[in-house]
Amino acid sequence: MPRYAFRLNGRPVSAESWDAAQPLLYVLRNTFGLHGPKFGCGLGQCGACTVLVDGRATRSCTTPVSRAEGRAVTTLEGLGTPEQPSTLQAAFIAEQAAQCGYCTNGMIMTATSLLARNPRPTLEQVKEGLSGNLCRCGTHTRILSAVMRASGA
Amino acid sequence: MDALTLLSRRDVLKAGGGFVVAFAFGAALPRVAFAQAPTLSGAPPTGKPIDNSEVDSFIVMHADGTATVYMGKVDVGTGLRTAVAQLVAEELGMSAERITVIDGDTGICPDQGGTGGSTGLTRGGTEVRQAAATAHQMLLALGAARLNRPVVELMATDGEVRPIAGGAGVGFGALVGGRRFEMKVDPKAPLRPAAGYRVVGTPVPRPDVADKCTGRLTYVTDLTVPNMLHARVIRPPAVGATLTSVDEGSLRGIPDVRVVRVQSFLAVVSKDEWAAVRAAAALKATWTEARTLPGSSGLEQWTRTGAVERDQEVLNRGDVTAAIARASTRLSATYFWPYQGHASLGPSCAVADVRADGSSTIWSAAQGGPPLRATLAKVFGLPVEKMRIVFLEGSGSYGTNGSDHVAADAVLLSKTIGQPVRVQWMRADEHAWDPKGPQQLLELHAGLDAGGRIVAWDTQMWLSTNAPGTRALLAADAAGLTQEHGNGAGAMTQNGDPPYQAENVRVTAHWLKEAPLQMSNLRAPGKIANVFAVEGFTDELAAAAGVDPLAFRLSRLTDPRAIEVLTRTAEAFGWQARPSPNPRARQGSLLVGQGIAYMRYKQAENYVAMAMEVAVNPTTGVIAVRRVTCAHDCGIIVNPDGLRNQIEGCIVQTLSRALHEEVTFDRSRVTSVDWVGYPILTFPEAPAVRVVMINRPELPILGAGEAATAPVAAALANAVFDATGVRLRTVPFTPVRVKAALTQPRPAAATA
Ligand code: FES
Ligand code: FES
Repeated sequence: MPRYAFRLNGRPVSAESWDAAQPLLYVLRNTFGLHGPKFGCGLGQCGACTVLVDGRATRSCTTPVSRAEGRAVTTLEGLGTPEQPSTLQAAFIAEQAAQCGYCTNGMIMTATSLLARNPRPTLEQVKEGLSGNLCRCGTHTRILSAVMRASGA
Repeated sequence: MDALTLLSRRDVLKAGGGFVVAFAFGAALPRVAFAQAPTLSGAPPTGKPIDNSEVDSFIVMHADGTATVYMGKVDVGTGLRTAVAQLVAEELGMSAERITVIDGDTGICPDQGGTGGSTGLTRGGTEVRQAAATAHQMLLALGAARLNRPVVELMATDGEVRPIAGGAGVGFGALVGGRRFEMKVDPKAPLRPAAGYRVVGTPVPRPDVADKCTGRLTYVTDLTVPNMLHARVIRPPAVGATLTSVDEGSLRGIPDVRVVRVQSFLAVVSKDEWAAVRAAAALKATWTEARTLPGSSGLEQWTRTGAVERDQEVLNRGDVTAAIARASTRLSATYFWPYQGHASLGPSCAVADVRADGSSTIWSAAQGGPPLRATLAKVFGLPVEKMRIVFLEGSGSYGTNGSDHVAADAVLLSKTIGQPVRVQWMRADEHAWDPKGPQQLLELHAGLDAGGRIVAWDTQMWLSTNAPGTRALLAADAAGLTQEHGNGAGAMTQNGDPPYQAENVRVTAHWLKEAPLQMSNLRAPGKIANVFAVEGFTDELAAAAGVDPLAFRLSRLTDPRAIEVLTRTAEAFGWQARPSPNPRARQGSLLVGQGIAYMRYKQAENYVAMAMEVAVNPTTGVIAVRRVTCAHDCGIIVNPDGLRNQIEGCIVQTLSRALHEEVTFDRSRVTSVDWVGYPILTFPEAPAVRVVMINRPELPILGAGEAATAPVAAALANAVFDATGVRLRTVPFTPVRVKAALTQPRPAAATA
């Protein structure tokens, strides 16, 4: 079976896949047991599966594992832990910005990528930046507050 | 513990530690330990009862002074576990952070029925609280014996029993740790007086949030058990179609997949999830034609003209017909609410392990574990006493989404192939097959006298009958198994009458024989559409009378709590007192307006008022909701931050339903099967939300997971009317519909 080598949360790894088109999401969840990224739609429509590939928010449900070859992939687990959360994770926790939390991965990963490019976004820019991420529980208000808090606003 | 092994929570508890899951993680990465219950420090006594009459069923006090609470109600992202921990902490006299709550495991939790209708805290929480109040008495008694002082000289606080006068106390852990309370729940055990509350009423953070923000929480989708196979179910292309043939050759090239067919139930299983996904998409199968649905495009007409099974007089006060005839102003209007889905962000998922000896374990996110267990056992012929449903959180559900069906899929597959099976639906499965909130048609008539008093109000509603019995499971029907064919959506007629003074009031429900699609309870069943109609129509009456909508409502209310939520909303919002429509609506290219709505949930519970400011673009038909203000009175507040989170969620989710959502279907199938076909609110549309919470510590607990949804659509429609002079009576308020309404201005209501 072909193997794909990449960096995952800072460490070199490799994964086998019988299908080069297998979405990275399944490899992360099932081969590496990283359940931060979630299956929401598999269609690139909701953002629940978002990871960082070379620092950029990327939908792992529509990214073939072969495209991860040689890249650096970061998942929600790679950002921090409850004991040592990243700035954004800490802001989400402080704002209690989750209900079911199924979308939370996508929100934090997308916002991490957003803040890396634009550390002091306006509220409108954050809304625009998260426009491709869906939340069914209606946690929008808090998610926005959390991202603004992390940006120091 | 083996890699890739997750024991049931009870087994983990037996093993004595936190909730430890080790994953095979490749040599390069460390093994990750997940602690779901970080404060859990000891195994519960073996053979813990689950009988609702026993304190030990609900509460286990550990030797280190931490406690575990077992409840039958489940937390689906609502913060229920945290709120219940607070109730117990208050009664026992300890901190909520030292309490871990385990919910919805039928093997170890008392049966408190399903979770829904905002009863989690009201019924579930109250029962657990009474167990805690009973335990409190026992703690005092044990402390008295240990300290050799009478109970009246002692208090239980900060996790210990100590003399009120001061002096050394003894910790709860030392008093009972590791042993059972061995006492019945005493319904008369005194509750702590609200005046002294230290934990209830404080914003205790939810421990699950940190886990959710770091990928540590084990959702049902994340569960792996030994020998587990992944499955995908291939549903028929049309509702009611049967399977005629399957071409397994179409799976060539996909490794390790197996087709499982039980009559018309068709699935693929594999060790490899992606192989199952690929196979489900590739598998060629032929099905019969089926054209049994009415189609969504003519659904309003179908609802109005469909065969009625029975008429129900929900309410009849005075003589409506005579009063309407005498009224000086008469108005009529028709409101329609379409089919809507739960549209959970993640498709439903379950894992089932059905053993040859008839024992079974099902891991599920379903809100109704105990009733689901009874149904699954009966339908699949499994002994109910050997079936255990273990709740694990899933994507938020807001009622009965696809979780029951997917559990049935998993049970049928596991039973058929003799291995544990994980089934996760695909996006289209959830959108097409989750049971849905049904359509509602309401026709309203009212009469005002010369002084503007409401002398008559008549609500006629058409809705599909709640057929008795349990909801039919897709897998069981497909597999040809015998089962009940109930089809219910919940208490649909509540809030069909106005909450205002009106002399003659009648509410009639016309129950249709048929339902277009399978129904279920969707958040605040019936109430959202009913309040949309009643409060929209109230606004029409105010406009007809030329009166400020707020003043119109206030002058017809006497309940001080109702008046308070309205006035507090108006104050916080900055309500402009004047009749609608807004004479100065135009701001540049936009039309701006304000709207208000009020309701008391189920006419018996929470009081909620809501005001909104909208800007309507008449060129595009797009409604922008700029800000929402809501005052909310649900009696005593257990956790203000949790409550605020629920209220905010209710508001934003229902805005989504009012602005965007409609399940579409043709004669054969649901056609809105992804987020393009069934769009929901996006971030650029998210309004600023301001919540005013009124706390009444002396009053009983009421749930708050639904009430604030009910006035949303009405406040929105009322604001659009204020901005544009056009009344929207059909949801969703899509740009196309709004534009059409704006280009054909109609009178505010049909006046006769
Ligand atoms: S799961 Fe990838 S975008 Fe929805
Ligand atoms: S918190 Fe449930 S989908 Fe966002």
